[in-house]
Formats: sequence, structure tokens, C-alpha cells
Amino acid sequence: MFENIRLSFQGIWSHKMRSFLTMLGIIIGIAAIIAIVSTITGTNEQIKQNLIGAGDNNVTVQLHMGDSTYEMEYNGIPEGVPVITGDVLAEIRAVDEVKDAALYVSREAYNTVYHQNTGLSGGKLYGVEKEYFDVCNYLVRSGRVFDDGDISGFRKVAVLDEDSAEALFLGENPVGKTIEVLAEPYVVIGVVEKSDKFEPVINTMEDYYMYAQRGSGTVFVPYVAWPGLYGYDEPQKLVLTVNKTEDMTAAGKKSADILNSYLSVTDKNLRYEAIDLLKQAKDIQDLSRSTNTMLIWIAGISLLVGGIGVMNIMLVSVTERTQEIGLKKAIGARKSKILGQFLTEAAVLTSLGGLLGVIVGIILAEVISKLTGTLVAISPPAAVGAVVFSMVIGIVFGLLPSYKAANLNPIDALRHE
Amino acid sequence: MILNLQHIYKDYQQDKLVVPVLKDISLQVEEGEYVAVMGPSGSGKTTLMNIIGCLDRPTAGTYELAGEDILKYKDREMSSVRLKSIGFVFQSFHLLPRQSALENVALPLSYAGVKKKERRERAARALERVGLEDRMNFRPTQLSGGQKQRVAIARAMVNNPKLLLADEPTGALDSKSGKQIMELFENLHREGVTIVMITHDKAIASHAKRVVQIIDGEITENGREVQDA
Repeated sequence: MFENIRLSFQGIWSHKMRSFLTMLGIIIGIAAIIAIVSTITGTNEQIKQNLIGAGDNNVTVQLHMGDSTYEMEYNGIPEGVPVITGDVLAEIRAVDEVKDAALYVSREAYNTVYHQNTGLSGGKLYGVEKEYFDVCNYLVRSGRVFDDGDISGFRKVAVLDEDSAEALFLGENPVGKTIEVLAEPYVVIGVVEKSDKFEPVINTMEDYYMYAQRGSGTVFVPYVAWPGLYGYDEPQKLVLTVNKTEDMTAAGKKSADILNSYLSVTDKNLRYEAIDLLKQAKDIQDLSRSTNTMLIWIAGISLLVGGIGVMNIMLVSVTERTQEIGLKKAIGARKSKILGQFLTEAAVLTSLGGLLGVIVGIILAEVISKLTGTLVAISPPAAVGAVVFSMVIGIVFGLLPSYKAANLNPIDALRHE
Repeated sequence: MILNLQHIYKDYQQDKLVVPVLKDISLQVEEGEYVAVMGPSGSGKTTLMNIIGCLDRPTAGTYELAGEDILKYKDREMSSVRLKSIGFVFQSFHLLPRQSALENVALPLSYAGVKKKERRERAARALERVGLEDRMNFRPTQLSGGQKQRVAIARAMVNNPKLLLADEPTGALDSKSGKQIMELFENLHREGVTIVMITHDKAIASHAKRVVQIIDGEITENGREVQDA
């Protein structure tokens, strides 16, 4: 076996040009596949980072109607959905995977918040408990966040995040200034920012839609002010933090189950559900995967053509070496020996092509990454798989020539000129 | 008796015509004999050699090699008969050009499943036997015709076959190298090796201790009486 492999390398080396040209089809095919797979893996990794990073291990649990979220401003306050009490929140905090939890309510902030004549062009208005900022990993940049006095005193105070502060005050320090929330004056007491600054990489329109809203900013007011603004108590949303990213799905599901157990709705489509970022990431990844699968098939055609090239050159090689085959058979080599020799040669040739293809593919992927700025992840299993697959191509397309060699009649073969 | 061919016929099909090449050949060779099969080209001597060498099967007749009925064997078993019992020497040497002399000689041993270390040792000994101990790592292209043929003989002898079968072993050599090869055959014969040599050259045939004449597919002279003295 090792002997055959050594002889194969010797044969390849003595026909460098021919061997290289034969391998070219395999090299191109494998390089294309590796480049595509690396780009897909990189893109998926990026989507995951964007989404997970966006949440800082935060899971949002909120009311859903069917498959879409239930929006209070459009759908109204639902019947049979109680306001979440402190006891229920304590129950949720006791779930194993949950590190901390906070309740909040939110509305679109368009046409809602103004500083003098400047309004928010998008963004959100949040009604939050004072723990909210801790749970969501906000840091106080200036001023302070809500304290017990703000809550118990029903003070009309607001906290801005850095985006809304920038949008409303255009670089001025907002602390101490007054803004209007639904025509009510609120004093800004602080500005917060996310503890780890997350910059989503935006490559496509979909990315843009996904992250664009985040830039418009959020204005926070105490939850107790909410009925004053909107007239009713309304069922809150829940935000959780978990210790490990892998726990996000489980924590979200368990919390949603607890909340659903307090529902007394007739419409079973109305229930709490976690907005599972991991699952969202997977859905987007599946989408990109299915489009790229087609590209891989096209690259596969190159491999097929490469395989036929290998078969062709092996047939030439068998004809060229008819005398050698005849001699080997005459001095007692069995058919299986000859078959093994030529199959090994074909497999070594294509494996080498596959290996070169992997190297070229990695270089190609790096170049694509540099040119387009997308993330590229080289996947070792894909690289190993590509080489193994090349070997299989060699064996499959080497079968016919090897079979032909093994069945040569030694008398004719020896006499062959 | 090492070779026992009885009433061997061989026909070739040429289009619709059946061409008889060997007609009722009977030939016996004892162990240790040195036999030349001589005949003009087209006499059927190469066909006879192919049959003796288990490369071809006769149309009719029986063939025993060292008492074994060879013709009942399948192709696979024929391969191992060729490997273990017969050593071939060809007119055009048939060495593998990219392999060293040692590797060429070791080739049959690898087919016999001999371990690598032992292969090298035995191949080296076979090369010593033909006087090429100082050319072991040379490639065929670096060797003269006579040396190439000696490598081929070493390869034929490396498995200690029952029979050394040579087809025009000096056909591609100059007379000086040819003479050296004949001396080598002489030595092997003295060591007890059974040799059957096919040739059309009377001078070469005269080195053998027994000459079998074949003309038009029939043995015209068996040479039985010219036994080794």
C-alpha cells in the first residue's frame, strides 16, 4: 500500500505538467467549494454574532398573536392577559437558567418625544422598572438612572440612551433639560449606554432593516408613569439575562410557560413567546444556506469534469504502460495488485489535487474577505471532507482505467510497442 | 520430471480461419536440464514458451509442471504458479525504468508478500549472484544492455523458481554481452537450475546441453540423447 503510494508520487513527479493539468479540474472544483463554504460559515457566524451581540445574552418574552408579536398600540389592550405581578416576576427569576429579569412596556416613539422642535424620527419609548438598566447591561454615562424616589414620587423624569440623546440634543448635555413626552414635560436625569458597544456589520439590505431601528434611540420613563401617558395599565414585556448564550432558548421558553399559565384568554393564538435570537439566527442562516447550496452544486460540476479528466489521463497512462503491466502480470502479479496500483495512483492524484484545491480555496476565501469585508471562517471538517471527497473521485473515475489495466492479456501486453 | 507436455495443440482463430500453430507437441524436461528450443520465426516456439510459462493455455493436450496438472487452474492460481515456479527472462529485458536495479529485482518478492527488509536482502543476494553487487542502486538507463539482462535474470531467480524460462535472452545484446549472459546461464545450470531457452540462433542454442528443434509447430528433433555428460 505505502509502496503503491510512493510509486504514485514518483509517477506524478515524473510527469509534473501532465499531472498538474489533470489535477486542475479537481483543484478548481475543491477551491470553489472551500471558498463558498468558508464564506457561508463566515456569514452565518456574523449573523449569529450580530444577533447574539445585539441581545447581550438578553431574551425578550412578549405577547404574540399567532406568529407575530402583539402590539398594544395597534391591537389594543388584550382581554384576559393580567399585568405581571412582582410574585410572578420572582417565580421567573427562580428559573435555573435565568440570571435576572425585568419588566417593561414599550411603544413606537415616532411623534411622541420632542425637545423643542426636534423629535425622534423613529425609536422607542420604554416604561421601565429601576432594575431594568442593570438587567440589560446599561452603563450610566452621565447623570443617574431611576431611583426609589422617582418611582414612589411619580416624578416625571426620563433617561435617554446615547442615540436618542444625540438625536434630540445634537451634542448638548441633556441632563437637567426638559423634553416633551406626549406633550407632558419630563426632566432628563441621565444618559445610558450599552456596556459592550455592539456595532453590527451591515452588508445587505436585510441587515440594514434588522439594525437600522437601533440607531434611532430609546427614551426611558418610569413604568409608573405609563398609565398617565396611555391611560391604562397594560401587560408588560419581560427581559431576561442568562449566563450562557446556549441557555437563551431554554430560559425564554420556561419563562414564557410561566407567564402563559396566568393567561385566561379564549383565543389560544394569544400567548407569551420568547423572541429567540438563536432561532432567528438559525432561520437566516438556513436561508443563506439554501441559496449557497446551489453554488456548491455548480462547483460540483467542475469536480465531475475534473474526474472525467482524471479518467482520461489514466486511460492514456494504462496504454503507455501496457508493457509494464504485461511484465508485472507475467512475473506473477495478480489482477488485484494491478487494480490496486492504478486505483492508488488515481486516488493519490486527486487527493493531491484536493489538497491543493483546499489551499487555493482558503487563499480565495481570504481574498474575498479582504475585498468585501465579510467574515470568512475556514472550516476544518469541510477541508478534510474535500480531500476525502477528492480521493473518492479518484477511486470512482480510476475504476475503469484500472479495471482495463488489470485485465490486459500479459502476452499481448508484453508484445505491445 | 519438471516439465511434461503431452499432445499439445494450439490453434489461433484468424477471422473465420483456424490456424494451427502447435501440432501434437510432446516434451519432457528433467530437473536440472538446460534445454534450448530452437526454430525459425513463425515456427510456434514463442507460443510454446507462453504455454510453458503459464501465460497461455493450449487448445488441447496436458501439461504438468513439477507433477502438477497446471491446466485445471484458474487465472488467479496461474498467477501464483508464474510467481513461485517460473522465472522469466525476455529479449527486451522489461525492467521498470524508474526503479533501481534492486527495486526491479525485489518486485516479484513484493507480490509474494515478503516483508520489505527481507525483500531487500534477498534482492541484494540475487544481484550478487549475477555479479551486479556494485550496481544495486543504478537505474536501468544507467546500465548497459548486458547489465540490464543480468538484472532481469536476478529478478527471474529471486523467488527460486523451479524453471528459468528465457526468450531470446541475447537477442538485443552485442556478442560480447551475449557471451557473458551465456556464461551466467552456464553457471546457473551448474548450480542445478532448470533452464528452458527459446532462440532462433544456432550458436546460442549450442550452449544448451539439449536442443529441441521445432518447425511449423512440430518437434522435429527432441535432442533427448544429448544428455548432460
